[in-house]
Amino acid sequence: MTSGLVLNAISINLAGTPLLHVDAEIKPGETLTLMGPSGSGKSSLLAYLGGFLDPAFSATGAAYLDGRDITQLPAHARKTGILFQDPLLFPHMSVGGNLLFALPASAKGAERRERAESALEEAGLGGFFERDPATLSGGQKARVALMRVLLAEPAALLLDEPFSKLDTSRRDQIREFVFTEARDKNLPVVLVTHDQADAQAAGGLIIELE
Amino acid sequence: MVASGGVCSGMILRLAPALAIAILIGPVVCGLLATILPAFGYLPALGEEALSFRHFESVRRSPGIGPAAFLSLYTGLLTTFIALGIVMFFVSAWHGTRFFSRLQHFISPLLSVPHAAAAFGLAFLIAPSGFLMRLLSPGITGLTRPPDLLILQDPMGLTMMAGLIAKEIPFLLLVTLAALPQTPASRARQVAGSFGYGRTAGFLLTTWPLVYRQIRLAVFAVIAYSTSVVDVALILGPSSPSTLAVQLTQWMNDPDIGMRFAASAGALLQLGVTLGAMLLWLGVERVAAAVARFARRRGTRFQKDRIVRAASASAILIATLSIASGLGILAIWSVAGFWAFPEALPRSFTLSNWDRALPSLGRPLGITLITGLAATLTAIILALACLEREFRTGRTGGSKALLFVYIPLLVPQVSFVFGLQIFFLVLGADASWGALYFVHLIFVLPYVFLSLSDPWRAWDKRYASVAHGLGASDNRTFWRIRLPMLLRPALVAAGVGFAVSVGQYLPTLLIGAGRLPTITTEAVALAAGGDRRVIGVYAFLQMILPFLGFVLAAAIPAALFKNRQDMKANV
Repeated sequence: MTSGLVLNAISINLAGTPLLHVDAEIKPGETLTLMGPSGSGKSSLLAYLGGFLDPAFSATGAAYLDGRDITQLPAHARKTGILFQDPLLFPHMSVGGNLLFALPASAKGAERRERAESALEEAGLGGFFERDPATLSGGQKARVALMRVLLAEPAALLLDEPFSKLDTSRRDQIREFVFTEARDKNLPVVLVTHDQADAQAAGGLIIELE
Repeated sequence: MVASGGVCSGMILRLAPALAIAILIGPVVCGLLATILPAFGYLPALGEEALSFRHFESVRRSPGIGPAAFLSLYTGLLTTFIALGIVMFFVSAWHGTRFFSRLQHFISPLLSVPHAAAAFGLAFLIAPSGFLMRLLSPGITGLTRPPDLLILQDPMGLTMMAGLIAKEIPFLLLVTLAALPQTPASRARQVAGSFGYGRTAGFLLTTWPLVYRQIRLAVFAVIAYSTSVVDVALILGPSSPSTLAVQLTQWMNDPDIGMRFAASAGALLQLGVTLGAMLLWLGVERVAAAVARFARRRGTRFQKDRIVRAASASAILIATLSIASGLGILAIWSVAGFWAFPEALPRSFTLSNWDRALPSLGRPLGITLITGLAATLTAIILALACLEREFRTGRTGGSKALLFVYIPLLVPQVSFVFGLQIFFLVLGADASWGALYFVHLIFVLPYVFLSLSDPWRAWDKRYASVAHGLGASDNRTFWRIRLPMLLRPALVAAGVGFAVSVGQYLPTLLIGAGRLPTITTEAVALAAGGDRRVIGVYAFLQMILPFLGFVLAAAIPAALFKNRQDMKANV
């Protein structure tokens, strides 16, 4: 079994027009970056991998995550954690509630709260468990969103321009935080961006779309 | 991709669209069929099988039927024309202003007021001995006794039209508001403005055609409703002749069972009248389109639109205030002691009106509540299941699905509910609570669907992608994320559904056959008696029940998400 993410001859079409074709292997802890202007279809690759491709698109090809073809699995069984431009914290839950929602059911009892609390500590947000997500700053929300996705114990990370809406001052900090965590957890990452700095910070292979 | 372990919910989701369509279409088809056959003399249950036209003949010969049909036709058309005209000019003149966004908050509550309650309120307001006359007397009018004027039930149906217009305005405003976000209204206004077009004309010539295309079915529903309404016509409409639908309702309730044949034939006549009104409306649409085309080509800027702005705002305010103050007067009458003309307020207040009404109030109140709650709950579950299935399969029903939703609202109630009564009679389920619940569901479901689908579809689907990425199944995502996030619109839709159920008059009367009274049928039955205090009690209850529903719909999310800023209503 190959660990990591293997994209095997993936093609995505929109109304018969080919948008992109990708063949790549992303080892654990490595990042594949897709760069291109909006409309180039770069986000549709993430949607295909994550299992939420709009029916207007059609796609072929397989994606092997730790040896399993995830394109045949329902979205929730793929273990592909996603970060979008917006943190998309669930607004009806507390910060802690968001984290507990992500934590697998295998964690039981008091352990659940402990793991959520320590994830917050790690993100520099100790004591934020009961907070309303709406009261957090943009950078804080981004960090909670990352901790949430990591607590779900994904096998890969899909990043859809996750830094583009952050202030320039916060952006570097959050970016480094995300890539460090991904490397520590040995996750293969697919990053979609139009920011050259994102691609440089990620390291690894870069595919440019026109 | 239904989650494992979700077999049961998967079944519900798969069946929901078919079930919803069956509920929306089935009764209309069955009801029409059970109207058409008896109209032609075929009703084996009553021992009649020979097909003939003689029942149409007896309808034709019954006194006053022609004027009644004509009355229904023109009052219905004029009501639609005026109500839509007011809404059109108001939205055109005021879209994008503070006044416009303020007014939006009053629409749902006004919409939830049952037609009968609004009609009673208006009657108490403008009757010769009504509140307005009392305010003006004797100071301005010099009157110490109510004038001998036929304001209510005037033979031309003017008061009835006024009541209907006031009630249809909130409905048309609501569907217009729902359509606006799908048009480039603000940008179009700016562009037209930069060419020097007046505000009203700029909107009318650019955005309104797009809006109208989306609300067209709702407009036709208004035509169907106002050409065939019964409760408002009983309270405010002329009596000799009354409207066609009122006359038919009398035949349908005639103890002489033989009258059912003539009633069925008459129900088809009603269908023809409504259809005729719709065909005439198609003509109105053509003329309006031609006028707009002419204006666009001519390029007149219509910069001076102050009169239009003032007139449309006044019309909306008068409609809104007359319903609101009518309701207030109902409340006063329900606790009024001695109240002589022309005193503006009662000399004393008393609860004895309530005391007197209370013993006979329990059963209608119970039936109203149980039927309303059951129909609303069913409708909400069905609508949620249909929308969730649409989301999971990525297949939307498109415009065809919308037509299905509107079907029960496009066919006059009096034309198919009576047939449905015959249908239930044959099944042996007549005047049963199950039949009443079912017939309410037919009318609750479309409104629940219409008010829920827009906010449901507007939800940011990336939340679902995030949840799936966190390992949450479709079902877990629905119950833990989507439903709580959309709890407020779901409860508002339930509130609308409950209000619709409470307000149902004709279906309740026909299907309940007098044995299943609700607050609404009781209130309308009191109209003839004219005891304002008892009417006040019933009509007050009629309006307060839907209102309580909306209060709950606002209070529950507010309590559940007390400390969640982003869950607050974005008002």
